[in-house]
Amino acid sequence: MEMTMAEKILAKASAKKSVEAGEIVMANINVAMTHDLTGPLSVESFKKIGVKKIWDPEKVVVIFDHQVPADSLEAAQNHIIMREFVKKQGINNFYDINEGVCHQVLPEKGHILPGEVVVGTDSHTCTHGALGAFATGIGSTDMAMVFATGKLWFKVPETIKFQIEGSLNDYVSAKDVILNIIGKIGADGATYKACEFAGETTKGMSISERMVLCNMAIEMGGKTGLVEPDHKTIKYLEGRSNKKYEIMKTDDDAKSLQTMQIDVNNLEPQVACPHHVDNVKSISEVEGTHVDQVFLGSCTNGRLEDLRTAAQIIKGHHIAKNVRMLVIPASREIYTKAMDEGLLKIFVDSGALICNPCCGPCLGGHVGLLGAGEVSLSTSNRNFRGRQGSPEAEVYLSSAAVAAATAIKGSLIDPRDK
Amino acid sequence: MGVFAMEKKIKGRVWKFGDDIDTDIIIPGRYLVLTDEKELAGHVMEGLGSDFSHKVQKGDIILAGKNFGCGSSREHAPIAIKGAGVSAVIAESFARIFYRNAINVGLPLLESKNISKKVSQGDEIEISIERGVLKDLNTGEEFEVKNLPEFMLDILNKGGLIPYLKEKLEKD
Repeated sequence: MEMTMAEKILAKASAKKSVEAGEIVMANINVAMTHDLTGPLSVESFKKIGVKKIWDPEKVVVIFDHQVPADSLEAAQNHIIMREFVKKQGINNFYDINEGVCHQVLPEKGHILPGEVVVGTDSHTCTHGALGAFATGIGSTDMAMVFATGKLWFKVPETIKFQIEGSLNDYVSAKDVILNIIGKIGADGATYKACEFAGETTKGMSISERMVLCNMAIEMGGKTGLVEPDHKTIKYLEGRSNKKYEIMKTDDDAKSLQTMQIDVNNLEPQVACPHHVDNVKSISEVEGTHVDQVFLGSCTNGRLEDLRTAAQIIKGHHIAKNVRMLVIPASREIYTKAMDEGLLKIFVDSGALICNPCCGPCLGGHVGLLGAGEVSLSTSNRNFRGRQGSPEAEVYLSSAAVAAATAIKGSLIDPRDK
Repeated sequence: MGVFAMEKKIKGRVWKFGDDIDTDIIIPGRYLVLTDEKELAGHVMEGLGSDFSHKVQKGDIILAGKNFGCGSSREHAPIAIKGAGVSAVIAESFARIFYRNAINVGLPLLESKNISKKVSQGDEIEISIERGVLKDLNTGEEFEVKNLPEFMLDILNKGGLIPYLKEKLEKD
């Protein structure tokens, strides 16, 4: 039977020859990730089930990234709960406060493989589809079930294939492409769908850029983001994992497949305006909007390429007066490379503040919160009211290039006009 | 059909909300360090800057537009709503992760087309899950609600995924 990538992966995981969209399957989980913020609830739920040992400690990854280092007694207590759980359950894949953001660290450390099923108690788990895994965010109770049984039920999703074609202009990147798509189809435009990114433009993108596309699939309601693995995927995995994996591809005639053509030839830098991710405008429509804070980082755009682009724009300039800029590399690996390449010095010289690898202001619960009336431009993935602090604050979302140019100017600006 | 579906009627006063009510509105990120449902309930819907958490009473019903619960996978969101005493959430559509999480913690969710244009703030409504009907007791009008898939009703009927799973594991 002709199937989509998502269907093939779920069929394999549920030991079936074929599955169809709409069918409910009980899938075996290959990787289950939880972090410091949603982990404690998962542990609490797991204890209630009454099973003493988790099904397979080698398939569980625990990482601290949301509130690192602990910024409150409550956060410290949550870290203690998780460290004790890790010790008691014999979980070796444990990353304490020093590694970075889960959706960057897991691929870096070789936990994500094509054709596997990955669940995480974080909605941006869909990021991992960039390597061809079926990866999706789940709640703490679902995670408790996974801990106990190694399985979870899924309704097999239909697939929307975004056929992205065209060459991107200078300083226009994957972030602009995905914001453009979300603006077109809306915050619920892909509800319950697997969002597969394809076409020549996607093929030309690096793994980091593909991660940006997949990361934001959830912002249009998607169950997962996916990119068909290719030679770049294989190269990325070399030296990170020596486990065998299977590459699955969508059949052209798959029944549940719907295709959407996306032309990016003349795409301008895009910005998501307050307070919804689908409130997307071209930079020219919002140019001149004053900002108080610029945040470069997160599981969307805190990767080395983002830091390189931003540093290239910022080099030799100073951050505008009355603007504060936070630069947060997404992982320790990225932090080290940025240091070796001299990028961090460029940021510090410009007046920006470098924070340790973590989620930063993105979740509005740790560093860099916004006060009432303040405006932030952020390279992260959500601009909901109150997301980065006060409900009276406003958050705009953009690429690293727009963020860097804006930090120098003090107001929203097209990086090509800087 | 489970016992819940056969017998349960939910009756309560309506609190109306708009489209795309996201999880940061339901429970802002800075409260995710909390796990207790009563403590979380003290901040429910705080992202709107509203005083909903002080005014909501046991049995009240949330009625919203499309894409309710979009955003994060935080289970703190349905827990905060349930902890505030809300007996059900009715919306035109729900975001996927929130939908699963709510059923898993035993918070009834029901979908009804265009419902936010038909029922007013403060109205008393009664939902018969078995019949798939929502009745506005102030106007007497009846509206269709989409029934939950049977196995999700089963989970709800048992009080959530944990009791459901416990029973299943014991049987096996």
